[in-house]
This record gives sequence, C-alpha cells and structure tokens, in this order.
Amino acid sequence: MDPKQQKVAEVWERETAIVEGVDISGPWNRMFGQRVIWDYTPNLIEEIAQLPGGESFAWCYQCGKCVPVCPVDLVGDYGPRKLYRRAQTGISLLDSPDLWLCTTCANCLRVCPKQVDMIQIMPAAREQALLTGRPVPAELQEALENTAKYGNPLGQPARKREAWVKDAGIPVPILHQIQRPVEWLWWVECYPSYHPRGIDASIALARIFHALGLDFAILGREEKCAGDSQRLAGERGLFEMLAEENIRTLSKYTFQHIVVTDPHALNAFRKHYPKLGGQYDVWHYTTLLARELPKLQPLLTKPLPYRVTFHDPCYLGRHNGEYDAPRQLIQALPGIEFVEMLRCRENSYCCGGGGGGMWLDSFAAGHQRRRLSEERVLEAVSTGADTLVVCCPYEVSRFEDAAKSTGVEGRLRVRDIAELLAEAMGLIGEGAA
Amino acid sequence: MTIVVVMEQVPDVAEELAIAPSGTDLDRDAISYVVNEYDEHALEEALLLAETSGDEVVAIGIDATGELDQALYTALAKGAQRAIKLTGDFEGTWLSTRTAARLLAPVIEELAPRLVLVGVQAPDDLDGQLAPTLAALLGWPHASVVVGSELVNGMVRVRKELWGGITMLLELALPAVLGIQAARQAPRYVPVSRVRQVMREASIEVRDVEVTSDLAPVPVRLRFPEETGQAELLTGSASEIADRLIELLRARGLL
Amino acid sequence: MAQRIVVLVEHLYGEPTDVTFELLGLARRIADSDGAIVEAVLLGEGVRHLAETLPAERVILVEHPALRYLAPEATAITVTGLLRTDAPRLALLPNTSLGMDVAAWVASALDWPLVAYCQALERREGQLVATAQLFGGKILADVAVGTSPTVISVLAGAFAAAALEPAAPGTIEVREPPAELAALRTHAASLERPAAADVDITRAEKIVAVGRGIESKDNLELAEELAQALGAVVAASRPLVDAGWLPRSRQVGKSGLKVKPKLYLALGISGAPEHLEGMKDAELIIAINKDPKAPIFGVADYGAVADLFDVVEALLERLGG
Repeated sequence: MDPKQQKVAEVWERETAIVEGVDISGPWNRMFGQRVIWDYTPNLIEEIAQLPGGESFAWCYQCGKCVPVCPVDLVGDYGPRKLYRRAQTGISLLDSPDLWLCTTCANCLRVCPKQVDMIQIMPAAREQALLTGRPVPAELQEALENTAKYGNPLGQPARKREAWVKDAGIPVPILHQIQRPVEWLWWVECYPSYHPRGIDASIALARIFHALGLDFAILGREEKCAGDSQRLAGERGLFEMLAEENIRTLSKYTFQHIVVTDPHALNAFRKHYPKLGGQYDVWHYTTLLARELPKLQPLLTKPLPYRVTFHDPCYLGRHNGEYDAPRQLIQALPGIEFVEMLRCRENSYCCGGGGGGMWLDSFAAGHQRRRLSEERVLEAVSTGADTLVVCCPYEVSRFEDAAKSTGVEGRLRVRDIAELLAEAMGLIGEGAA
Repeated sequence: MTIVVVMEQVPDVAEELAIAPSGTDLDRDAISYVVNEYDEHALEEALLLAETSGDEVVAIGIDATGELDQALYTALAKGAQRAIKLTGDFEGTWLSTRTAARLLAPVIEELAPRLVLVGVQAPDDLDGQLAPTLAALLGWPHASVVVGSELVNGMVRVRKELWGGITMLLELALPAVLGIQAARQAPRYVPVSRVRQVMREASIEVRDVEVTSDLAPVPVRLRFPEETGQAELLTGSASEIADRLIELLRARGLL
Repeated sequence: MAQRIVVLVEHLYGEPTDVTFELLGLARRIADSDGAIVEAVLLGEGVRHLAETLPAERVILVEHPALRYLAPEATAITVTGLLRTDAPRLALLPNTSLGMDVAAWVASALDWPLVAYCQALERREGQLVATAQLFGGKILADVAVGTSPTVISVLAGAFAAAALEPAAPGTIEVREPPAELAALRTHAASLERPAAADVDITRAEKIVAVGRGIESKDNLELAEELAQALGAVVAASRPLVDAGWLPRSRQVGKSGLKVKPKLYLALGISGAPEHLEGMKDAELIIAINKDPKAPIFGVADYGAVADLFDVVEALLERLGG
C-alpha cells in the first residue's frame, strides 16, 4: 500500500468496549488513526504555485467563500478551496479531471479575500500539463488542433469565414475587397461566422449596423480566432501565434475602433493583445448599440410581446464590467417584459463555455450532475420568461441544446440581443425587407 | 538504432480545391497544405515504438511546398530527434509517388534505419502508395494498412487491417517499411508553445536533391465529379418509401 | 498472340472476394472491345478448386505455403515474376488492403506505370482512359493509358461484378512458385477475426443511427431489429447518449466518434452541425425525419419526410425481420 494511504488505513477497534458501565462492544467503536498535520506535504501546492501565474494558488486559507459561488460546484464538487485541499492530500491538480472543469468565470475571484486568481492559475496549470505531455481531453485537443490548422476551433476553411455575408441581404463590406479606411472594424469571430445560429445573429447585427448608417467593415477570410479561450485552456503559444497574425493583419488597414461580437475577443483585445503590441479601442456591440440608442430607439417600431430574461456573459460582465448596456437595449424594446434571474449581474451564473469549456462539453458532463447550461436554462424558465436573451456567441447553441436536453424546448427560446433588436426594427422575421 | 518517418504535405481537402488552367494539376496558389493525416499517425507510431525501444526517430520530408518546416518542427516538438528536409527545384509541383520514393530512398539508405514508417496513403497518390513503392526500391519487406506494430526479437510484428475488422498478423525481418493506417493511440497533441520553443532551439538539416530520369509524364486531365447536391426526396406512403429504399440498397450491393 | 488482361484474384477464408468478380467483369468488358483475353492470377495454398469459379479464359495458378494469406512480400514477388514473363497489356489489382501492397510494389519493381484509385476504365475515342478518384473524392483524374504494360489498381465497389459462371470453361495453367519464396523476410502470417462482442462504430460498414425522433428508450429495440436485418450496427446522436440510452461508444459527432460507413441510415436525427461533422463523409446517407427543414437533408443522398416508425416497420416487413 502507498505509505500515504497507510495512515488512513490504520483503524482501532477494541475487542470489548465498556463506556460508563454499558458494554458497547462491536464494530461501531472503531476509531481512525490520527494523522499528524506534518504528514501533508506542500509539494503539490508548490507544483502549481511555482508556475508563472500560479502563485496565488498557495495563498488560499480555506475560508470557503468561493465554493457556494462556484457554478461548477453547484452541479458537481468543485471550487478553488477544494482544489487546494485536494493538493494537500496528495491529488495533483495536473493529473486530476479538476484541471479541465474550471470555466474561468471569475465568480470566485470576486469573493476571495486572498485574491486566489483562478483566471491566472488555470491557464498556467493547464499549460504545464500540456508541456509535460499529460493527456488532453480529446474534444479539446481537436478544437486546439483545428485552431492551429484553420484559425478557428470548428475546423472550417478560412475561405468560408465570410460566406455568411452573401445571406446578409445588405452589403457587408470586407476590408480586403474595399481597401479603404473605415470607422468601425467589426471583429465577427468564429462561431458568428460559421455556426448556423451564430450566423443568424451576425446577419441581424449587420442589418442593424447598416440601418444605423455605421461606417463598418469586416476582415472576412483574413480574420483568425482571437484565441482567448484557447489561451485559458492552456495554449498560450497558440494564442500568441494567433495574436501575432491578427495584429499583423490589422496593421494593414486603417480604422478607428474595433467592435466585437464576442466578449472573449473583447477580453483578448483589451487585456492581452496590448502586451503583444496590439493597441486598439475595442467595444462590445451592446456597448456600441447602447451608445447609439438615441438613433436606434425610433427604429424600434415593432412591439415584441415577449417575457424575457437576460444571461450576463462572464467575459462581458465580471471580466469587463459591462452589465448595463445589454439591459438598456432590452428595455428599449417595445412590448417587452423584462425579468431578472436571481443570479444576475456580478453574481451571474456561467453557461459553461468559457475557459475552454466550449470544447470540453462531454468531458465536463461526465463529471457533473448536469451541464452548467442546463442549470441556467432551468433558472431562466423558473422566472416565467419565454425568451432567454444572450449576447455572447457561445451561448445560443449551448442554451438551445440545454433547452432540448432538459425538455423545456417548447417553453424557452434563446435569442441574441441583436436578433431581438433586428426583429423590433422589422429587419428580420416576418415582414422583413 | 533509427526509425525513419516520412512526413508529407498534401493539399487540404477540407478546403475547396481549384484546378489549374492547364488542367493537369491543382491550382497550387489557391490551395492550402496540411500534413498528410496518415503521416501524423506514422509519426505517433514511431514515437510509441521508440519510447520502448530507445530508437532515434528521424523525420524526413520532401519540401515540395516551401512550407515543410512547420511540420518538421512539430515532429521535433513531439519527440523526433532529427529532422531532414529535401529541397530541389520541384517546389510547387505535383511529385509523383515514384519520384518521391526515388528522392527518399538514397537518404533513407544512408540513415540505415531498422524501420521506415510512412502514412498508408495520401490524397494525391495517383500512381500508388509510398510504402510499397519505397519498399520495392529499397528491397525491404513491407506491409501497409498497419494498425499496430511491435519490435520483438529483431523483427517487427505488425497487424494489418483487411476489412470488416479482419486483420492479418505478420512478422517482418528488419529493416522493413510500414504504411501506417492508424497509430495505437491518437496522434499526440503538442502545444504550440512547445513548437515555438523548438523552433528557437533545434534546427532542420537540409539536403539538396535532384529529380533525375523519370517515367514519361502521364497525360492526365483533372476534373470535378458531377455535383451531387441535396438529398433526393423519396415521397409516397411508408410502404412506397420502404420499397424504394430496399431497391436503392440492393442496387448498391448493400443488401 | 492476343493481348492479355491480367486480374489478381483476391481471396479471404477460401472465398474469392467481391472485388475479384468486379475486376474480372471490368477485364471482360475491355477484352470484348479489343479482342484481348482475360487471365486470372490465382495465388494461394490449396486454392485450385477456386479456379473453376472464375470467369476468365485462363487461370494462372501458383501455390505455395507463403502465398496462403496473400501476405504482401510473397504476393508482390510472385506477381512481379509473372508479369515480367507475360508482359500483359493491363494488370488489374484491387485497391484494397491486400491489393495496394502489391500493385505499387510490382509497378515500382517493373518500372511500369500505375494508376491507383481507379473508379472508371473505358475507351474514349479509341484511347483507353482510366479515371482515378483523388483528393478525398473531390477531384477525378483522367489518365490516358498508353500501350505499354500498365498496372491499374481498382477501387472496390466501382464496377459491376461479372456473371458468376465462366463464359467458357477456362484453362488452368499451373506455374512454379518463384525461387525467392524460399528466402522471404516476412515470417509468419495469420488472420484474425474481430472479437464478436465489441461494436466499433468507426469500423462498421453500415450504421443505423437514431436521434431524438426515436422518442423513447423502448423504441431503440426497433432500431436494433432493423440494424440486425441490414447487418448494421446502431449508433446515436448526442442526446440519446446523454440520456444514457446508449453507451458513449455509440455516439456519432463532434464530441463522439467520426464514422465513414458505406451506409448511414439516419432515423429521427435533425442533423446539428456537431452531428454532421461526425458522419458527413459516409458513402451513402439516407435520412428519415418528420421535419422537412431538418439540416440532415442537406448532407443526405436520399431523404424521406415521414414518420420513422412507419418506414422502419415497412422496411422490417420487407427484410423479413
């Protein structure tokens, strides 16, 4: 037996046990052997803490505040406190399935008095696991390989990245074709370019931009994944490669601001591209549209008789502080009834797609009672809403799948804010131009 | 001792392909290249063999695209000890399997490996597969469609897949050439961080080679197969649909 | 002397394989157009009785223990010897696992041209043209076959099989095995059948795949029955596996397995992109779904907008299930 386990296995059982004159002999008088505190080695905590970015792993003092706010713990057994404790008891994070379950949603960091920062610990630990040749869940490996090969995790040809444009019904300028400066460079990202439901939202957004008379253009086939989720999944090298290529591409064109569909791209451009020499003024599309509300409001003419609730994307809200713009847009929709979920804004739940979770769906499902996305759609339904509004491209497919698998499919629709706005403007749906 | 793996770059068939105006080749400017997926398996199998035998793995490739470095650095990052690139004035052309084999054979002979592993096939193998072609030139025993291999007592024991799950077990004296269908495990992932590190530290050996006498060029004309388009819809009652399905399956020998 | 077209006979467990008859049928059609004779090359051990079943004018028989399973080295050496002596106009070999090890070796050893992955071979304006299927089937290459001896390795299933009865009883010509067979460097060969119990959907030739349209776990029995009648295995889309109705080893799609069977019969599968990714390369896709807009119809070769239970029952009736 492993000497570490030996201590645990020491059990005393008295042959006869008499307590205050009562004979309680029997197996229930068992006592486990004592484990002295110095049996715990700090080695496995050090293993993580010595990695650049992993330092704060060692700061945990086991207060446990992180556990009840952890979206993964709610459907499983997780939380930074538990990871620290497990490392103490001999379970290496690098070899544990725990390594791949964190979605880097940042709710733990919000409440942690010791600033134990899983947003830095996780990519560092995952990178170490990758560099030391530990196995990677196959789904994730495929997404990473696809990204390295094709510039998108779906493994779609680069050429097809701009194919959705021909269904937009309005001109969507592509920079390598128009070759002129624009005010807004729209960073469409992968899922909005390739995934059928992502394309729906892209078309809606393109029509809104067009109706507002925005001077915008996209990169089309020259755009590659911004790479933030790949970085958080441990592939820093891949992120840097993508970022270098994207920065090179962006340097060819003149534009004033970048507007992104994807909060993960927002995060990459705001926090990580500057370190590699890419400085841009980056806006999420909800922020831009909220600023344009004076112009937008009069165009919202068609009442939408929906009861809606809104899911805050982790990388828009907690990571980048934008909670109000999406809500302003929803409230501007005529006929809408808006209800909040209990877990909203700073304490919003997580869809499970962040930090590489998008490509660990089956793996994570194998370690959880239900998917995070399933937990969330059930919460949405409990508000009495018939529509779950989202503004992150990971969410439409995740929540629609979850609505199917939890059987609430007919009761809850999932719509991107752009789709609702375009509908209220008469740009999509019945009677659209 | 040495195990040689041949790494070949091939047009990415996931992309749309275009035919050059000459009609005798793809439009090489309009395609992107990837490492032949079976070569990735050959490399994985070689690394697995070497992990137990201690052999040195040498990755070699013909640079017909000008982009082979990335593939060879990746092989080094995964665990190959050496990488050799053959260059010449064939860049941007479609090398026949036999020409490739003739370029590779002398280099392989010089390396005196005990095993040569190549991918079982490639999407541009108009004149046949590389493993048997090389084996004939080298005069070494071979097997392809290999799904498992093991070095035992100076031989290589291989499992060759036939069809329907039937396999042939063979023992080949060394040196031998194997065409790998699938490695025992999925090709390992090597993080880009690691590849970038290798690019700074390791180097690729370059050999200039020359295409000498060859077969008379085969007159070839490329074309696209006829469009298949969307599903042909079968209509009528369930019985009528079932009749049509049975007919379809019979016609294709599936019943 | 008439020109010859030589066909290598592939056999397994004492039976010529289907592709052998396809090659003989192809050889016959070409021979009929130019007066050549068709010769079947039958290699093996104790296979003489197969000679009579082969529709060819002449059967060349070489028997040797090393040829028993048509292992690559022995077969390639023997075929090379025969072709070198006989110099036929064409040598047709199957582009199968057994055939591809021989065709390229032989053509390289003899320095004859080789056209692989051949899916069509026909005379056009007096010239014999072989069509090879390249680049994942996305490109066809028409190759003019010259008059010098040429090796062609032919895709299985591309041609209709010859009639089973020989047109005229062929003559059998027994040849001595080449001396090199005494000094082979391939030492042991045996065949192994797959263990009966495991189902590997990635290797199945026919798949009956079920999706949410199957509605309940009990209905899986119906799919099993149909699969049995077709000689297929049952696979599923993600929701069914998630529900625990089938093990993960049966899941087709992005997070499951990629399959490439000859037949993929999709029952009640709508065809999410994640699913299509796992099966779009199947050779024949037939989809049955109630929803005419189901994306599965975009990749299917044939589709029926119908109640899957009605169709499956009708199929079972016809298949005697």
